[in-house]
Amino acid sequence: MGNMIKVGMADLNVCVSPDSITTLGLGSCVGIALRDPVTKIGGLAHVMLPDSTTIRNNTNIPKFADTGIEELVRQVVAKGANRGRLVAKIAGGAQMFAFQSKNEMVRVGERNVEATKKKLAQLKIPILAEDTGKNYGRTVIFYPETGDFVIRAVGKQEYSI
Amino acid sequence: MGEITLEKMSDEYFDVLKEIGNIGAGNATTALAQMMQCKVDMAVPQVKLLEFKELGEIMGGEELIMAGIYLGIEGDITGSIMFLLEKQAARHLVSKLMGMASEGEEFTEMEFSALKEVANIITGAYLNSLSSLTNLCIYPSVPDLCVDMAGAILSVPAIEFGALGDKMLLIQTQFFDEMILDGYFILIPDLESYGKILSALGLG
Repeated sequence: MGNMIKVGMADLNVCVSPDSITTLGLGSCVGIALRDPVTKIGGLAHVMLPDSTTIRNNTNIPKFADTGIEELVRQVVAKGANRGRLVAKIAGGAQMFAFQSKNEMVRVGERNVEATKKKLAQLKIPILAEDTGKNYGRTVIFYPETGDFVIRAVGKQEYSI
Repeated sequence: MGEITLEKMSDEYFDVLKEIGNIGAGNATTALAQMMQCKVDMAVPQVKLLEFKELGEIMGGEELIMAGIYLGIEGDITGSIMFLLEKQAARHLVSKLMGMASEGEEFTEMEFSALKEVANIITGAYLNSLSSLTNLCIYPSVPDLCVDMAGAILSVPAIEFGALGDKMLLIQTQFFDEMILDGYFILIPDLESYGKILSALGLG
């Protein structure tokens, strides 16, 4: 077993097998794991908001789905992954509270997932699996060796997608 | 007035927030003691401006299970407020309030609504102090409760702060009765409400 690399909120990092990469307690945020199955190089981003273009203070690249995914692709390719072989798995985007304040933050989890899918489609990166939405938090661990995306939630059996 | 960001907040404003936190937590403690009919003490609240990455760690890990109550505020200022309590502490309060042991992984429906009531009183006491100090009308909405990983609960206020900047303001309060109960307040005024709070406090 290799080391486990930790990714925080509004953060991203790359990872080479046998290491694994994790982010803890995804709520309405989305975790995006990328992998090149041949070189077994991967990466994980923990994005908070869907769109950097609608927010003035947008210099924090990993915070947004659009800029975060672009940066993650750039970094895994820089690490040696083949751009054309990249595949993705995504998780998160829950709605933690039935009530969320009435402004644009309503359905932010759902909008994060939509923005993530849109960006991946635009970059022609196929999504192999997803575990998104619902109303609970998720911890995810990604293994670039096998491509397993392990998901842990409170009161649920750990599972892999 | 120029654009307000959390990073640019003055020390003075920080002290004011701390004081509001202090008084609010004081009121909350009194309310808690009355409700549970026992003595409850509290430590001086800590006000911290934190990077999103640091959030989970300060509370004892992103995966620590916490009870979070979240409600909207309306009136002269708008936004939302969240109160977080570690699950064991929440369980302790609920069992004291209901006069019976609270056990197991999940909260029952009854415990859930008792917890909601506790959190409602605590956030209500906090908002009352903010309202009386600023002379602003503040009406809380119906609260919603969630028991889950700290990171997941915190993602909700973090996302709201995230639209403004890269940091979040956290007020940490410690209550004691027989045990230490760590509570956290997160006040999230909408952008235009910051100015209103500041000028109401004579800092604008």
